[in-house]
Amino acid sequence: MRKGQYQFVTGFLFIPVALYLVFVIWPYIQTIGYSLTDWKGQSQTFSFVGLDNYVALFQDDVFLGAVWHNILFLVFIPVITILLALFFAFMVNAGGRSRAGGVAGVSGSKFYKVVYFFPQVLSLAILAVLFGAVYRSDTGGMLNGLLLKLGLIDAAEPIEWLNEPDFVLWALMAVVVWHGVGFYLVLFSAAMQSIPRDIYEAALIDGAGRAQSFFRITLPLLWDSVQTAWVYLGIVAMDMFVLVSTMTSGDYGGGPDHHSETMSTVMMRNFLYFGKSGYACAMGVVMLLLTLIVSVVTLRATRRERLEF
Amino acid sequence: MTAPIQKSDASPAAGPGEGSVPRQRAARTAHPPAPGPAREGVVLNVFSHGFLAVWALLIVLPLLWLVLSSFKTDSQIAGSAFGWPSNWSLDVFGRAWNKGIGDYFVNTVIVLVFSVPLTMLFGSMAAYVLARYQFWGNRVIYYFFVAGAMFPVFLALVPLFFMVKMLGMLNSYQGLILVYVAYSMPFTVFFMHSFFRTLPTAVFEAAILDGASHTRAFFQVMLPMAKPGLLSVGIFNTLGQWNQFVLPTVLMQPQSGDDPERYVLTQGLIQLQQQQGYETDLPVLFAGVTIAMIPMLVVYLSFQRQVQAGLTSATLK
Repeated sequence: MRKGQYQFVTGFLFIPVALYLVFVIWPYIQTIGYSLTDWKGQSQTFSFVGLDNYVALFQDDVFLGAVWHNILFLVFIPVITILLALFFAFMVNAGGRSRAGGVAGVSGSKFYKVVYFFPQVLSLAILAVLFGAVYRSDTGGMLNGLLLKLGLIDAAEPIEWLNEPDFVLWALMAVVVWHGVGFYLVLFSAAMQSIPRDIYEAALIDGAGRAQSFFRITLPLLWDSVQTAWVYLGIVAMDMFVLVSTMTSGDYGGGPDHHSETMSTVMMRNFLYFGKSGYACAMGVVMLLLTLIVSVVTLRATRRERLEF
Repeated sequence: MTAPIQKSDASPAAGPGEGSVPRQRAARTAHPPAPGPAREGVVLNVFSHGFLAVWALLIVLPLLWLVLSSFKTDSQIAGSAFGWPSNWSLDVFGRAWNKGIGDYFVNTVIVLVFSVPLTMLFGSMAAYVLARYQFWGNRVIYYFFVAGAMFPVFLALVPLFFMVKMLGMLNSYQGLILVYVAYSMPFTVFFMHSFFRTLPTAVFEAAILDGASHTRAFFQVMLPMAKPGLLSVGIFNTLGQWNQFVLPTVLMQPQSGDDPERYVLTQGLIQLQQQQGYETDLPVLFAGVTIAMIPMLVVYLSFQRQVQAGLTSATLK
């Protein structure tokens, strides 16, 4: 490479790399360092405390409860979202009337995709307000109003969706699923359309039914996308900050009585409300480790022979 | 099966699904459908339309219900969920705008007007150099950019707050702009990198032979050729930055009593939600959400093909 090119390359890389270093990489690295201190955040004085923060974390019932809730999210959010998305994607792409045994998509498939995808472009803050209204604890809430119309609840005792320890996690999960299904439908749909029709036709000639062709052809060929979806939904399940902090009670959410706490809300409360910066950093590191473990485990557990077509 | 039904059926929606249409049309003219499988097809068709329609209603109804609620009175909202609104006046939108939504909206626009173009510019510059020039450390820098997408933002929040504070940019537009640009780098570099790799070299070489400098070749030849990629990433970044909540929550808090409130729209909505809980003016909150939803709806409907394609390819790659 000639000298002018070096200058050009350096010139083009300088600002992006500098910005990225200062605001992303350096804070990431600093977090690990601060997590070993008793830093309170207000002053620059702090002392090295070794692994004390981590030891404290494993005795912090609120945080352990939060980890447990994240694990529940981690199990249920991907399973429910992916199953629904696969089901709808199959309906959209293969649920139409068949002619001469061929497999066809439903009419209006484009319309469905446009509508289903819409929640994905709304911010989580909008969803928080929307579902805050849907889950209202009086009869003015959409869900309670509906149950009242159906005669399933008594007007005097509506259900407090977000204040019932037994319901709150499921109510939050429903929002995430509502938000995500359309996106994964479009993702799976795109993958389904890239499967050559010849494979289906060959299977049809061999006498395969719809169910068989779905489980024997579509699903195995879709596996890469399902795997990707699982990793992304796993990351969503590890986060959950916006919905929990805005929809549930308590400072930065987590109510009632820590029943909807997640790692992110405990961390933000410790950082912004209690000012325990070092302790919050330790939580950040634990979140990182768990996220990495989840990604690696998912990729390993779902690994299949890659099919070329 | 009667002919008209089949006819209406022979024109499924346009779009990616249309690849299968000609073949089936041909198949139908050649062999009329056998009664057995056809009936099964009809059952399945009704069944699938049924399920698809139910989910479509589940998406649309809560949103419509919310928009309608902004035309209700406060006591109507608390009373019954499905009363028909009585207060058909657009005043409530003006009230929501003055209650802060207007300011939050303007704050968000100010930030995005700078952060999105800067993200695109810096992201493309880095991606271009990494994709098309061989130099020592190329791979390292590329992976260094892409790795950022793997880590949860919460890992960085505490030091990021103090970094921005040290630079004196807490609760300032320029602070949030720089942070947005930095956190959008992984995806932008990743996406544009693969895009620049696919562009033909011949045009670039012609430009260089004609005496253009490398910088000029980038801005006048390569960047215009990358327009489709830029559009996808641009939409993605606009949506992502418009909807960002965690970063402004940490960085855009008034630091002292006389500091101006520079909340962005997502923060402002939550703020309004908390206020309206005490002041009991819920129609204003719902009107605020409607105002916040409209630009997204417009962008989405005008670019829905690119939005879907952009987000899908972002995930798959």
